[in-house]
Amino acid sequence: MKKELLLGDEAIALGAVHAGISGVYAYPGTPSTEITEFIQVHAPEVRSRWCTNEKTAMEAALGMSYAGKRALVCMKHVGMNVAADAFVNSGITGVNGGLVVLAADDPSMHSSQNEQDSRFYGKFAMIPILEPSTQQEAYDMMPYAFALSEELKLPVLMRVVTRLAHSRAGVEVTTPLPQNALNPDSERTHWVLLPGNARRQYASLVEKQPQLLASAENSPYIHHHSAEGAKLGVVACGIAYNYVMENEPAKRGISVLKVSQYPLPKQAIKALAAECDALLVAEDGQPMAEEQIKAMLGADYAVKGRLTGDLPRMGELTPDNVGAALGVEQTQNFAAAENVVPRPPALCQGCGHRDVYDALNKVAAEYADARIFGDIGCYTLGALPPFRAIDSCVDMGASITMAKGAADAGVHPAIAVIGDSTFTHSGMTGLLDAINDNSNITVIISDNLTTAMTGGQDSAGTNKFEAICKGLGVEPEHLHVVTPLPKNMEEITRIIRQEIEYKGVSVIIPRRECIQTLNRKLRQKRAQQ
Amino acid sequence: MKKDIILAGVGGQGILTIATIIGDAAAAAGVNLKQAEVHGMSQRGGDVQSNLRLSTEVIYSDLIKQGSADIIISMEPMEALRYLPYLGKEGVVVTSSHPFKNITNYPDEEALKGELEALPRVSSLPIEELAKQNSVPKSANVVLLGMAAKYIGILTPEQLRESIKRVFASKGESVVEMNCKAFDLGLNA
Repeated sequence: MKKELLLGDEAIALGAVHAGISGVYAYPGTPSTEITEFIQVHAPEVRSRWCTNEKTAMEAALGMSYAGKRALVCMKHVGMNVAADAFVNSGITGVNGGLVVLAADDPSMHSSQNEQDSRFYGKFAMIPILEPSTQQEAYDMMPYAFALSEELKLPVLMRVVTRLAHSRAGVEVTTPLPQNALNPDSERTHWVLLPGNARRQYASLVEKQPQLLASAENSPYIHHHSAEGAKLGVVACGIAYNYVMENEPAKRGISVLKVSQYPLPKQAIKALAAECDALLVAEDGQPMAEEQIKAMLGADYAVKGRLTGDLPRMGELTPDNVGAALGVEQTQNFAAAENVVPRPPALCQGCGHRDVYDALNKVAAEYADARIFGDIGCYTLGALPPFRAIDSCVDMGASITMAKGAADAGVHPAIAVIGDSTFTHSGMTGLLDAINDNSNITVIISDNLTTAMTGGQDSAGTNKFEAICKGLGVEPEHLHVVTPLPKNMEEITRIIRQEIEYKGVSVIIPRRECIQTLNRKLRQKRAQQ
Repeated sequence: MKKDIILAGVGGQGILTIATIIGDAAAAAGVNLKQAEVHGMSQRGGDVQSNLRLSTEVIYSDLIKQGSADIIISMEPMEALRYLPYLGKEGVVVTSSHPFKNITNYPDEEALKGELEALPRVSSLPIEELAKQNSVPKSANVVLLGMAAKYIGILTPEQLRESIKRVFASKGESVVEMNCKAFDLGLNA
């Protein structure tokens, strides 16, 4: 059989293509981005243009499912918050063509502002959850997930973590399935969620729960490895299974239950508990399974995990911290070196955001009470030295709306800094609020013509920002476009000063192409010559 | 047989190219491989590392345990030292000796050099200079791979050289030749 060396993300992508998807809908976000990128390059027959945000992605996928075809939605964990309205309600409508939602979580926050565990969303929406341990499983699970989705008539959530998404391994590939034929659902009562229909649909979702549990109990992705005379049993969820197995549990007389499908398989967990004296729950992310297993087994049964301190309460699991919880002695041959200091990431040399922050810092220094509200993207690095320019970074789009709220409270100048892609993702609606309330804010849309942080994907609003701002109601005389270069510093600072003094909404768009995408284009051009 | 390798460097120095070459050689030789990479924010001039595991047996964890890496391959001396707690008892450090200073509080160079040279098994060369002197300025990372090739064991230098040919094939004959030359420079250094 053919074996390909694939990133976890690429294995998911190829698995989905081979499962016969007709569309992938996504907004870039580490560590999920490479899934859609892979499909864009390798499967031109699949609809795969980047979406404006995770909510539009989720809804478009639901539409494709309604029409009878299979669709994949991909996002990073915090994208689930943006997609949540559509996501949770897709459990109520149910699906027609198979629908799989892929959430890539980031325990330890390598590239994120929190480490929320997407499995809670699956439980909340009362739908099946899959959690692969390996790249091979990630591939194999895709056709399984789509078949499960169509069998149960529900969306399926697949949850991965950074270490699976961004790790490469050999994957055996099977025969691709054809795409579904167009077959729009004609059962309107499923899809029109007026309260009368919604109550029936919700009742049907509740009725399906025993089926979901049975599917998990009989899942090909649940394995029980019994060790003779085991005192300790481990429930190993998703990638945690790898860290448990790395510590050779069989040799240590430890039983293991690998769990890669939810709802939690109760019978299997009770069987494991019956053969051991205590359980350790190893799960990456938050202690979701641990809480449920504790409740399942009662107060007298010892359940250990993140809540009891046997595993760290936060941060990702590693073969070391899982080993420690299994009583494996840690070896360290060399102590940490003395001559090592942190090397944080920084804005690239020649990046336009640098000039934007230079200008902003210059002007802000003239106002004792200036506050600069930042947003999510490369330019968040403006929080670090040498700039130390921003006072907040919370969620996609929050710069504009937080500046508005702060201005309402009396902060002046209240300045928002937001990137082009983040602005179309979640900034436009907030700007409309500010315009309708004539808030006294200055908005900087730092436009580098791409979604840079995630590697340079298309940005939904490129070439449309002036039109969008005017359309939302920004007054033309308070809308400026500048080129962020040191030679233009005087002009830029003058405009910022002038617009801070204007009592209303102003928008300044510093526009210069991302140095990374520019260099890539130049290299490609040179290679062609 | 297994080899656990930590690849280290600064975002943009080309450690993922080294990983790609080793990965290709492993796939061609039928050796199992797992390779955890770092993407995203840390690539912007921050420290980057990749855990590369090769084995003839099943590999479970994508991450290497502390105290068990066989080789640390680093494009930068301070970055080599960052992963010392992961180095096995008999482990080797193969590194560029040239500091990459994009931070203001970079440690004292002599002290850093002293700490590096005090390690029992270390191979350190000014790979950027070597690459420049030999007219392969863009292939310093492949010089480093050549230096490490002596210690990889589970894959032979010949297998790695074949992979260099495959990995760079799409970029033309001259790029392949440049990288083969860089590889031999490191191997014979």
